[in-house]
Amino acid sequence: MNGGKHATAESITLTIDQNAISCRNGLSVLEAAREHGIDIPTLCWLEGLTLWGGCRLCMVEIEGSPRLFAACATQCTEGMVIHTQSPRLHRYRRTIVEMLLAERNHVCSVCVSNGHCELQAMAQRLGVDHVHLPYRFPRLSVDNSHDFFRLDHNRCILCTRCVRVCAEIEGAHTKDVKGRGIQAAIIHDLDQPWVESQTCTSCGKCVNVCPTGALTHRGTAIGEMIKKHEFLPYLKLMREVHQ
Amino acid sequence: MTAPLNKPKVATVWLDGCSGCHMSFLDLDERLVTLASLVDIVYSPVVDPKEFPQHVDLTLVEGAVSSEEDFHKANLIRRCSSVVIAFGDCSVTANVPGMRNTWEPRALLDAAYVEKATSPAEAANRKARIPLKVVPPLRAQAVPLHEVIPVDVFIPGCPPPADAIWQVLTELLAGKTPDICAVTRFGR
Amino acid sequence: MKPEDLASLADKQRAINAACKHRIGVCTESGCVSSQSDQIAAKFNELVKSRGLQKDVRVVGVGCMGLCGNGPMVKIDDGAPMYQNVTPEHCAAILDGLDSPLGNPQLRHLLCDLNQPFFRRQKLVVRSNSGLIDPEDINDCIAHGAYESLLKVLTELSPTDVINQITLSGLRGRGGAGFPTGLKWSTVAKAGGPSKFVICNGDEGDPGAFMDRSVMEGDPHRVIEGMAIAAYAVGADHGVIYVRAEYPLAVKRLTRAINQAMRHELLGNSLFGTRFNFNIEIRLGAGAFVCGEETALIASVEGNRGVPRPRPPYPANSGLYGCPTLINNVETYATIAPIIREGAAWFAAIGTAKSKGTKIFALTGAVQNTGLIEVPMGISLRDIVFDLGGGVPAGRTFKAIQTGGPSGGCICGQNLDIPLDYESLAAIGSIMGSGGMIVMDDTSNMVDVARFFMEFCMSESCGKCVPCRVGTWQIHHLLDRIYKGHGAPEDLVLLKELCEMVKATSLCGLGQSAPNPVLSTLRNFESDYLALIEKGRADREAALSGPHDSGTTVPLEVIS
Repeated sequence: MNGGKHATAESITLTIDQNAISCRNGLSVLEAAREHGIDIPTLCWLEGLTLWGGCRLCMVEIEGSPRLFAACATQCTEGMVIHTQSPRLHRYRRTIVEMLLAERNHVCSVCVSNGHCELQAMAQRLGVDHVHLPYRFPRLSVDNSHDFFRLDHNRCILCTRCVRVCAEIEGAHTKDVKGRGIQAAIIHDLDQPWVESQTCTSCGKCVNVCPTGALTHRGTAIGEMIKKHEFLPYLKLMREVHQ
Repeated sequence: MTAPLNKPKVATVWLDGCSGCHMSFLDLDERLVTLASLVDIVYSPVVDPKEFPQHVDLTLVEGAVSSEEDFHKANLIRRCSSVVIAFGDCSVTANVPGMRNTWEPRALLDAAYVEKATSPAEAANRKARIPLKVVPPLRAQAVPLHEVIPVDVFIPGCPPPADAIWQVLTELLAGKTPDICAVTRFGR
Repeated sequence: MKPEDLASLADKQRAINAACKHRIGVCTESGCVSSQSDQIAAKFNELVKSRGLQKDVRVVGVGCMGLCGNGPMVKIDDGAPMYQNVTPEHCAAILDGLDSPLGNPQLRHLLCDLNQPFFRRQKLVVRSNSGLIDPEDINDCIAHGAYESLLKVLTELSPTDVINQITLSGLRGRGGAGFPTGLKWSTVAKAGGPSKFVICNGDEGDPGAFMDRSVMEGDPHRVIEGMAIAAYAVGADHGVIYVRAEYPLAVKRLTRAINQAMRHELLGNSLFGTRFNFNIEIRLGAGAFVCGEETALIASVEGNRGVPRPRPPYPANSGLYGCPTLINNVETYATIAPIIREGAAWFAAIGTAKSKGTKIFALTGAVQNTGLIEVPMGISLRDIVFDLGGGVPAGRTFKAIQTGGPSGGCICGQNLDIPLDYESLAAIGSIMGSGGMIVMDDTSNMVDVARFFMEFCMSESCGKCVPCRVGTWQIHHLLDRIYKGHGAPEDLVLLKELCEMVKATSLCGLGQSAPNPVLSTLRNFESDYLALIEKGRADREAALSGPHDSGTTVPLEVIS
């Protein structure tokens, strides 16, 4: 498993931000970078879930191509020279975070995930001290119907981690996306109130993988919602072993 | 301690916000004394003058731009200030005041003043219940300061911690560009 | 069907056709049907019956004749005369003039000049049978050469030969990006796996474009034949035609064509007695522009939400149900049979060095002649607008031509002389696209044009990736603000910045190309933007200095 020290036929070498690294063949640029302590920003990718490629925060430059590549969706190849930081990438990443903040009503100060939110932390990390795009201020609902959980569309960034964990790990596929473009929204079953879902097992995995305060436990107050998704890689590994 | 002869003039303004940012400003505690030696506070909810001065070096603006009065004040501040600082989340993002933006102001006022009336008779007298004279008219939306006037520095936070305020102010006064995100963030 | 049956069937049908003295072709494609061409066909049939001409005159519903703006069109015999703007009232007079090769002189005002540049300058390869054959009658199609190329391929050529022919022909994908077709085919052919698919992308969704619809409605067997040849070449045995549900007539004609082909054993197992099996099914799209993107299309065919996924893996290696999949556009498949029949060299001789053959365009907007044109690559835009199109309406001046739909760009008068090929269009910030071509005159405001296309992209964005989902909204919002006079000069900087970012970071072609109309209008028609911003500023100033000064720049919310 440790491809760092002993390069074999199975492993490849590449350069990320001037660091020559070696990793197992088949890893994505994002995974290889993480294994070597280079944290490429992302909000939709999560270890243990399938690839989505929607947030576009992990865009990187690869020498030899004028295009940008999503690190999560790009496989490492031998000799690749990757740059994860550049003024251009930084500008784009900031704009993406600003777009997300302007898209819906993320009012951090009154959010149960305040202080434990990946979007909030990402904004801080990327130096977003204000949003230079007009805010949309859409009117969105909160699904408060479930006994334990709450879905607040105002704080959803449509990363679909909840959809994927529900379908891939829990196997219930209660959640999905309806509508398209700016109107897209997370739904339960056939766009019913959460409590009426016939398929939801109330396992709460969706809540724990949600990067923002969109999915939360009921009864939490501002800043109290702390999520844990360390269970994911283990569940996935156990499943692989059993299969 | 000897005070500089021409101390920079600093103002703080309170638009549509809860005054929490000003409370945090007061939380500078003993550092307020140092600050007083560094700058002149020429206009603020916590000092006397009622007119915004002709020239201010640095103005901290708390609160979103929500009413007509806010709008005029913001423009006045921009005209009279060299550096305008959006002070706190309401001013930076519209924050809680912005939560009304999905409503029409009329529907909003009805929800607040008419639908919550304790008796049907009170509710019937809509005009009497909605304050029109003492409160400046609402604009269609409460917006961040920078959507109305150019803003030079942003200090997010609800409220920004006193340490962050201190750091930003002292660095600005020293002519440096503060690294805001190192000391505060949205929400805080 | 045995190999020899095709020729005998064709001879039989030709004899039937020849036995009939006259053939009246009424266009029965969507454009003409929408102006009641079906009633014209019914009227002809009624008159033929009442005059007892059934033996001598056959009324046939045919495909598009090109000049859609002047429809309904009626064609006598195999070409001339041709009548335009026909109504059922004209049918009797047209029948009266059947025996005159120049048509009924009384209907001179309806006679279509076949010598005009609109027809003369076209080169029909894909559309060679459109307007001649009855797309609902496979025998008529076979009499006009349908499935001859498939027979040739199955009995004389190896899959490698076919791919070589297509590669040599220089054909490039007609869906917009212009990927070399031969290369795509060879990639799929090389990909391993027990099962492979060919998919025909008929999800034509650009505003103002209807080339593929016309091909599917006017000559569906050509599409089927092209797909079968492709399937043979890449080693697939199953085909899917993905067509929008908004094209009911195309769906009907394709369904009918597939059923007829199956009955004639031109689809199914052991075609022409060989070991090649091929079946086609139709999948309807529910009207999402993004499903024209190949990975979204595949997701939709699989029954999933039509959203694109990151590539690689490309469909050529892992496509429908994870199997190697060949996806080509309708027009690309419809070009295959002529290439096989006439030879790769013949096709490669048409067009320019890098863009071979012909391309169909839907010419619309401010031109005299609107409709479908098939022209050789390399023709200039000026020729298309002013020669084939007949120029802009009298009293107006040409302003811009938009190619490539919402993914394309607005080309100004200075660039009208560039040759029409993939590279030249890309060099001036537009794209070939699938073939939409909208001509605009001086009455069009380019900010409004950009706003229209951005609104289209915004509502067609699938919402999967942030730059496209939110970016198109933000760009549209800015354009709307500028158009309504609330813009500031800084907005143009922000607009460019957003466009650049959405282009560089979006997941699929929709987002990557959505800013093109904005960027190209900013480059070529910045004055339109600046004029609106300046007018808005002047209006605000005037309002401020007016007698009833409200003191604000935006409307006050009046509470009472």
